[in-house]
Amino acid sequence: MTAIASEPTGLAKTADTAQIERSGVLARDRVATEERLNHIQLLEAESIHIIREVVSEFQKPVMLYSIGKDSSVMLRLAQKAFYPAPIPFPLLHVDTGFKFREMIDFRDRYTAELGVKLLVWRNEEAIANGANPVQLGTQRCCGLLKTQALLDGLRAHGFDAAFGGARRDEEKSRAKERIFSFRDSAGQWDPKNQRPELWNLFNSRIGPGESIRVFPLSNWTELDIWHYIHLEKIPIVPLYLAKERKMLVRADSLIPVEQPFVKGLPGEEQWVKCRLRSLGCSPCTGAIRSDADTVPKIIAELVEMRNSERANRIIDHDQDGSMELKKREGYF
Amino acid sequence: MTQLNENAAAVLEPDETDLRIEERLAEERAKGLLRFSTAGSVDDGKSTLIGRLLYDSRNVYDDHVRAVTHNAEIDFAQLTDGLRAEREQGITIDVAYRFFSTAKRKFIIADTPGHEQYTRNMATGASTADVAIVLVDARKGILDQTRRHACIAALLGIPVVLAAINKMDLVGFSEEVFAEHSRALAALAKQLEIPDLHVVPVSALDGDNVVHRSERMPWYTGPSLLELLETVPLAIERSHAGLRLAVQRVLRPHQDFRGFAGQINAGTVRPGDEVVALPSGVRTRVRTITTWEGNLDVARVPQSVVLTLEDERDLSRGDMIAAADAQPHRTRRFTATVVWMQNKPLRAGATYLLKHTTQTVRAHVVAIHSRMNVERLEKSEAEQLELNDIGEVTLETTRPLMADLYRENRATGSLILINVETHATAGAGMIREIADATEGELYVSHATHGVLAVGNRAELASQLETLLLEAGALVLRTRASLSPALIAHARLGAFILVESDEQLPITLTPVHGAGVKPYELATEDADEILEAIQRLGAIPEGEDENDDGLGI
Repeated sequence: MTAIASEPTGLAKTADTAQIERSGVLARDRVATEERLNHIQLLEAESIHIIREVVSEFQKPVMLYSIGKDSSVMLRLAQKAFYPAPIPFPLLHVDTGFKFREMIDFRDRYTAELGVKLLVWRNEEAIANGANPVQLGTQRCCGLLKTQALLDGLRAHGFDAAFGGARRDEEKSRAKERIFSFRDSAGQWDPKNQRPELWNLFNSRIGPGESIRVFPLSNWTELDIWHYIHLEKIPIVPLYLAKERKMLVRADSLIPVEQPFVKGLPGEEQWVKCRLRSLGCSPCTGAIRSDADTVPKIIAELVEMRNSERANRIIDHDQDGSMELKKREGYF
Repeated sequence: MTQLNENAAAVLEPDETDLRIEERLAEERAKGLLRFSTAGSVDDGKSTLIGRLLYDSRNVYDDHVRAVTHNAEIDFAQLTDGLRAEREQGITIDVAYRFFSTAKRKFIIADTPGHEQYTRNMATGASTADVAIVLVDARKGILDQTRRHACIAALLGIPVVLAAINKMDLVGFSEEVFAEHSRALAALAKQLEIPDLHVVPVSALDGDNVVHRSERMPWYTGPSLLELLETVPLAIERSHAGLRLAVQRVLRPHQDFRGFAGQINAGTVRPGDEVVALPSGVRTRVRTITTWEGNLDVARVPQSVVLTLEDERDLSRGDMIAAADAQPHRTRRFTATVVWMQNKPLRAGATYLLKHTTQTVRAHVVAIHSRMNVERLEKSEAEQLELNDIGEVTLETTRPLMADLYRENRATGSLILINVETHATAGAGMIREIADATEGELYVSHATHGVLAVGNRAELASQLETLLLEAGALVLRTRASLSPALIAHARLGAFILVESDEQLPITLTPVHGAGVKPYELATEDADEILEAIQRLGAIPEGEDENDDGLGI
């Protein structure tokens, strides 16, 4: 075990917990939190409550799995919620065909290792027609490959509740999102007519064709997510960690060059030490210059960071209030 | 170790930077979490105050600041105003949640609009808050809306209220003005029984006393708003109260394990503790507290855990595990302060679905006692509660609730009412008074109905008929066979006793749902049958131990 692994967390149980406990370090941590739980423990307890509530009150829930850091945390929380029983619902990955290869590799290995059921849904028709963000623009491309695929996938399987890893601190329109977010039979969100949500009493009643999106990580911040990944040693896609990667360098942007239609001018393609702050489709997710090659270094970088997490998402800036527009149409 | 973890560990070889971060994370973890709500109307400067709080405490990203900077001036209100419609109208119309942290605490803000027509949003934001910030315009003093915000905070049980006297720059930073408003606020807090009130003079626009102490009001020597938020006592975690754990789900991964999953609503639990399973009343002991991390020696509110019990019969979703020596009330009839949240008014005689902890039951509105005027702080008689009204209402439920008074425990004293047809959340309630159901009381009311076939047991039929009539049920005793006509009668509210000439098993057919499924009862004892009626009569068909859905 490394030095990090033996740092007392008060949360993560590792093989050497007993040893740490004997050393008295963890015991001291415990005394400090004797009367109250720390904020990570509070967030964890709240999320587990939400996940259990959905599984108990809906007929056919599914967890949307995007392979990113938030999904990884959500998946760990689901494991904890039902332990020692297995996770009682499948995962659904909406694949645009433009996800990084490393993401897909990670997805297949990790879900197999956990023994969870993974469903993949693609808008095959749009993909066959060659939909891509350069031709269609990011708005229409997202509309077809993400929003439409998601709605079709949910409908085809008849899911009545879908967990998503969105957090309220990500973007302004998400700040008003409920934890149980009602969607009409067309899968749409009406920000003006949301159900009041008091205490931890969630209203699960829906009519035929209607559904609920559930956001168990609503109250987590980006820092909380990384902190938890670190404490729990949750595996993540290596794209989050800095290394030399070939990028299309244009002004401040670092655009990954996985897809053949991402072509730079001569000299624009360079090797840069960089990492991804959030994972999306390779043509639309910019990397940031970074030396953070460990989770603690990512956290250090985050604390110093002056731009928001989605600032590198090309899609959010297309249009003023664009995230809210997408959400109304059914985007996560 | 798994392959993936090994990979991660290989990358995660720590160096000095990592170790330094480890120390910072330990500090980060030690921070407490405070949830506070704000309510304000268009001109109160509430959005400006929150924007200022976030900006001055260095919790805003550069790209967000750039987006709201015009002519080199930051529009602080725009930092927090979210949705399109709101931007167009220039007001906040819903609850928005914001997150920030300082060296001492992490904060979650429930940011709510302040107008009367958004009372329900204010109540929503206040429901999870430990502290409420009430804004007062220094030029205007205490207005109707000030009383409304303070009253809602008090009703929702927020123990600490911070009153920010804003726009002090527009009254020349006058100490007299501040003193006058402070006196009026103290009187208001006393009237509303708010235990802890702090008053701070601020200018949100310029930042005086928001994060940094103002130099323009030397007569004020108290803390800034943020300093108060960093130091007011955190909500008393009720770890010393009696244990409450509402069962969310029964986990049975294999035959040798049967665990009850739930979030601890109050108190502390240890293996060996004597507990009572409610509503059955069976006493037993906690065997283990099971979690992913391993079995725990102790768990407390609000941890999510799985309990296994020494004697585990008869517990399912919606039931409660409680301290044997400090049990909750068991009630079917209680009075609650209800905040009404839908257009269709609340009237006596109506039926709603009621969700309390993890159980959903039908609730009948027995009476509306009063309506609260949250601006004049007076109660008046009322026939109905309209959207955004708050009133005292007596409710009766089909199944007993295991409840505490709201002021004793938010989690077991709160409820929501759901419209049976539209499924909208129609109202929210805080239990104020409880009529205890006694141990032997029969839970049969106008709301319980069904068909009970007893075969040729005439004596039992007579016994049950009497008991049911005494309990106030509408009883039909017949020899007709189970037919759609009988089911239809039961649906209208009748309890039907069917006799025949044959020695048939005793069956009970609840008729709540679309389907009709008879249950065979393995007893010929009248009291036990009544117990089964109480239970099955209120649960829909097809239920299993994890289903409290009413199948409506």
